[in-house]
Amino acid sequence: MQKLGYGTLPYDLAHLLGAVVLLLSFALLSQRRITALIDTYALQSWTLAAAAAWQGYVQHAPHLFVTAAVALIAKGIVIPFALHRIVTKLRISRGVETALGIFQTMALGVGLVALAILVVLPTTMESQALTREDLATALSVVLLGLLMMISRRTALTQVIGFMSLENGLILAAVGVAGMPMVVELSVAVLVLIAFVVFGVFFFRIRAQFDSLDVSHLDRVGGAHR
Amino acid sequence: MSAAGLPILATLVTLLLALGVAAATAGPRLATLGTAVLCALGAAIDLLYLAGGATPQTLSLPIGLPGQSAALALDGISGFFALLLLLAGTAASAAAMEDHDPAPTAPALPVFLAAMLFTLLAADAVALVSGFELMSLASFILVLTHHRDAPVRAAGLLYYGMAAIGGLCLIVALALLSGPGIGFAAMRAAPPDGWRGACVLLFVVIGAGSKAGLAPLHLWLPPAHAAAPSPVSALMSGAMTKVALYVMVRILFDLCGPAQPLWWGLPLLAMGLASAIIGALRANLETDIKAILACSTIENVGLITIGLGLALAARAADLPALAALALGAAMLHILAHGLFKAMLFLSAGSILHATGTRRLSRLGGLITAMPFTAAGLLLGAACLAGLPPGAGFAGEWMLFQSVIAAVRLGGLGLQIIVCVLAAGLALATALAASAAVRLVGVALLGRPRSPEAAAAHESGPPTRWAILLLGTIVALIGLIPGAVLGLAEPALRLLGNAALSERAGLLGITPHDHGAGYAPLGIALLILLATLLILAVQRAWAVAGHRVGPAWDCGFGAPPAWLPHGDPLTQYGGLSFSQPLRRVLGPALLFATQRVDMPDPGDTRPASFSARIHDPAEVLLFAPIGHLRARLSAFADRLQFLTVRQTLSVIFTALVAFLGAIALLEQL
Amino acid sequence: MSALASLLALLLHTALTLAAAPLLTGLVRRIKARMTGRTGPPLLQPWRDLARLLRKQPVVAEGTSWLFRAAPAASLAATLAACALVPSFALGMITADSADLLVLAGLLALSRAITALAAMDTGTAFGGIGASREMTFATVAEPALILVIFTLALMAGTTNLDAIAGLVGSGALGLRVSMALAFAALGAVAVAETGRVPIDNPATHLELTMVHEAMVLEYSGRHLAMIELAAALRLLLWLSLIAVIFTPFGLATATGATLLWVPAILVWLAKIAILGTVLAGYETSRAKMRVFRVPEFLGMALLLGLLAAIFLFVSQGFAQGSH
Repeated sequence: MQKLGYGTLPYDLAHLLGAVVLLLSFALLSQRRITALIDTYALQSWTLAAAAAWQGYVQHAPHLFVTAAVALIAKGIVIPFALHRIVTKLRISRGVETALGIFQTMALGVGLVALAILVVLPTTMESQALTREDLATALSVVLLGLLMMISRRTALTQVIGFMSLENGLILAAVGVAGMPMVVELSVAVLVLIAFVVFGVFFFRIRAQFDSLDVSHLDRVGGAHR
Repeated sequence: MSAAGLPILATLVTLLLALGVAAATAGPRLATLGTAVLCALGAAIDLLYLAGGATPQTLSLPIGLPGQSAALALDGISGFFALLLLLAGTAASAAAMEDHDPAPTAPALPVFLAAMLFTLLAADAVALVSGFELMSLASFILVLTHHRDAPVRAAGLLYYGMAAIGGLCLIVALALLSGPGIGFAAMRAAPPDGWRGACVLLFVVIGAGSKAGLAPLHLWLPPAHAAAPSPVSALMSGAMTKVALYVMVRILFDLCGPAQPLWWGLPLLAMGLASAIIGALRANLETDIKAILACSTIENVGLITIGLGLALAARAADLPALAALALGAAMLHILAHGLFKAMLFLSAGSILHATGTRRLSRLGGLITAMPFTAAGLLLGAACLAGLPPGAGFAGEWMLFQSVIAAVRLGGLGLQIIVCVLAAGLALATALAASAAVRLVGVALLGRPRSPEAAAAHESGPPTRWAILLLGTIVALIGLIPGAVLGLAEPALRLLGNAALSERAGLLGITPHDHGAGYAPLGIALLILLATLLILAVQRAWAVAGHRVGPAWDCGFGAPPAWLPHGDPLTQYGGLSFSQPLRRVLGPALLFATQRVDMPDPGDTRPASFSARIHDPAEVLLFAPIGHLRARLSAFADRLQFLTVRQTLSVIFTALVAFLGAIALLEQL
Repeated sequence: MSALASLLALLLHTALTLAAAPLLTGLVRRIKARMTGRTGPPLLQPWRDLARLLRKQPVVAEGTSWLFRAAPAASLAATLAACALVPSFALGMITADSADLLVLAGLLALSRAITALAAMDTGTAFGGIGASREMTFATVAEPALILVIFTLALMAGTTNLDAIAGLVGSGALGLRVSMALAFAALGAVAVAETGRVPIDNPATHLELTMVHEAMVLEYSGRHLAMIELAAALRLLLWLSLIAVIFTPFGLATATGATLLWVPAILVWLAKIAILGTVLAGYETSRAKMRVFRVPEFLGMALLLGLLAAIFLFVSQGFAQGSH
């Protein structure tokens, strides 16, 4: 295995791909249209697939290619396609409803990245440089996914936030050499399940309300209590 | 000649004080002329002193506290600040001669100058405080020149309150330092440490910072500068805020010694950044030209304080090169800003003189009627906006360089702070550029917005000479900042124990070891060559001359005969120019609110729109303090109506508390 | 001899820049037209426009001052001076030591301030609206630009453009995450500073959507020619800047073999053409945004710049370099 450090191509490219995934997380936060949001998510999944494949090549770990394929096909193609279908079928309004302004969300996101870096770097002082920074990047992606879930109103955007969070998990998993592949597959399957559950969820909400805004559920809950 | 610097300057203080007295009896105009001549003389002596290497000189006065004579001293630091003071003083007193009724300002003006000079020369705590307080008092009197107007009285009262608090804090700070003795030499020998040092820092920052206009203690500046006569505003903005900075530099850098912790720089950085951004943003929103300039002073004091904060931190981290760069940036900007801001205030005074108004919404089109004033305002605004090769840019360039170098100060947390500092600094300078364009664009350009502006005329020779003097120096500073840094060299050696001499020459400033840097003369030459090329091409290929026709304005008709300059409302004015900025940054930084009241169809009520901004210092600091004061006075009121037993128990509790405090202090 | 060679390189650079700037504008217009299914004007059209404008006597609006008449030349001179600082095909031109990124930003700000003042001088509503918006956009773009400069300066140890390009070109920095982030941020700033879609539309005919065009509405004849040339130069300058910072390969040195200048010039032209095509594609795929969305767009550029700097701090390479 090649030495991983600054200035070597394997390191730099892996690092760069991780950064692009993070950048696309920010792009997700900045989108105002549902369709653009879905496309950006697809792009993030493709980048993740590229990152996984590159790691597979660098670490000589063939199973990472499977991960890459899963990311590419399931999350890069199938899910975006299905989401687009949902948008057209449910005639969901095309704008993203924000609970927090776009710029404020972004600024908060930068703060989260700084936090992730401050948390991860000291605790992983002993490990390889690549692992450390990939972990910081991945944690940032996870946090940004969470931020997306809390700062956007409609259920669809929250689902995308959740899936982008999951992309962060995969990014962390592929960055660590010797991670068994069971984890990745299970995580991927988990997303699919979550996706189905949420899909059913949509239809329920859609049947009851004329909106996918989950804050309506709060009112229902209050009425039952 | 340079060896006699201190005695001559000390004599100058006395002469200026005498002139203040003489002005009351003899002719005020003559006294003002005398002030200008004395200041010019002092500036020449001081320049010789600085150029001659600035060897420190001391002097004991035959007056002072019982048993102790007041001490004066002159070194590179006070010499540098005195140069600014005397140059600004020359121009301001010259312009003051033009005042149609100089009698109210004539006695206090020389006293004000003398007090500032005395503060700079002071070498013991009592002399420093005396000079500082006399400076506050004289400027307070000058602010109240037009005391018959209610806003002037309100501004004066606010100024007085802030000056009182500031002076008190300064006394406390100096008292904390005066353990071994009130002389500066004794204080230097025993620098404060631990909590005593932290208290000194706190009180100096409040005491000198409130006078300098550092956020959140800047609220008095815009109203006081707007209220004062223009030469006084020029002096207050150009020189007095710098004297306050001098006090801060003298105490924090010199008297407290180099062995202070790194975090000492952080409060200065935070307050400097807040001042820079709030000041620059408010400069975009004010509608009074002198208030705009005052807000820009807050911004520039903020920039200088950032430089000082970086230097303080760099000195603690033992990075002398960075300390020299940051200090050099601060010193350069102190002189440049002091002079160009004085020039701007004199130009604003000239506009006020010609049109009778300071409101942007009543000005416009002055550039043709007042070419001289307009040139001064344009040059000053270019410096304000930080455009190369102006005097403002050089200092800001060095400041950015030192911010970039400041990432070496410490760990990740500090690096992120520096990063935010860089972005905030960029925001402040860009806001200042916008404010400068707005000021010039609305006041000087376009069509007149009022009959007064249409009938404006140029000021007389004294103001023009003052603007010319300052303009020449400012242009020279912009083109040869290395010369100013050469004059600041002794100060840099004393403050940072570091030199910039090999980094700053006549041709430019090079912060690193390789030859790259900022070469204003080269940039000016490049612009000149480009202009010549353009003119040559124009001469060779373009059709010469031009025709004059009505503005196209996307098909708007020509103005009617009864409005020779068109309807003023169709032109962009001060408020409309800054509307996008108010909308973008106002809610986050200035608690801006706007209310649109649109009546329903059929309702005959007029529609209304109102927008308000609140300075954060007002909302976050002064309003809570006001509430607290109200609560305390209500509480004190209740204490008046206690029974005998309750009164006694209050006295008893107080006694026990004091005894307890004494016991606690003895333990420490 | 080396001083002479670097002077010669500067002269050649200036001549090439002046010649290529209108062509670049023509190229971008042409590609945009093709992408939207139109034929588009010929590449040389901007040059013909300039020549035509020079032959027309300008009409100056009533009530304007000398500043209005002097502004086009002054603004163009500042832009041209800025152009002389950005290397195109060769490093080490005679201006190399002065090619400071902060000075460059300052010269562009100078040109912008002059244009805005000229717009205010017309005393019309459109001049005012253009100037006001331009200064607002500049205010929000400046912090992002400075953070990019900050990041580059941290990597290279200087704000000198020549030194930065030399260092990136030597491969000493490797592929940095910060570079990618800085590239994205600088791209957004460039779009704002050159007044392209989605910030501003250089080809708009609707007055209310104009920013830069609203400022220069009253100009005609040779004045307008200077304004248009300045706009073209600004576009070329920004593309050249991005090219020299992020793709500093194929550069000649002014003091080196003069024969190597020829391939370097071709490489530069290719880079500019590619970037111009990318810009045209980006512009075509975007709709112009509302005025108050622009601060958000540039705010994102600012955050990207901030991220670039933060990533630089955490990278070991920088930490080692500093201790």
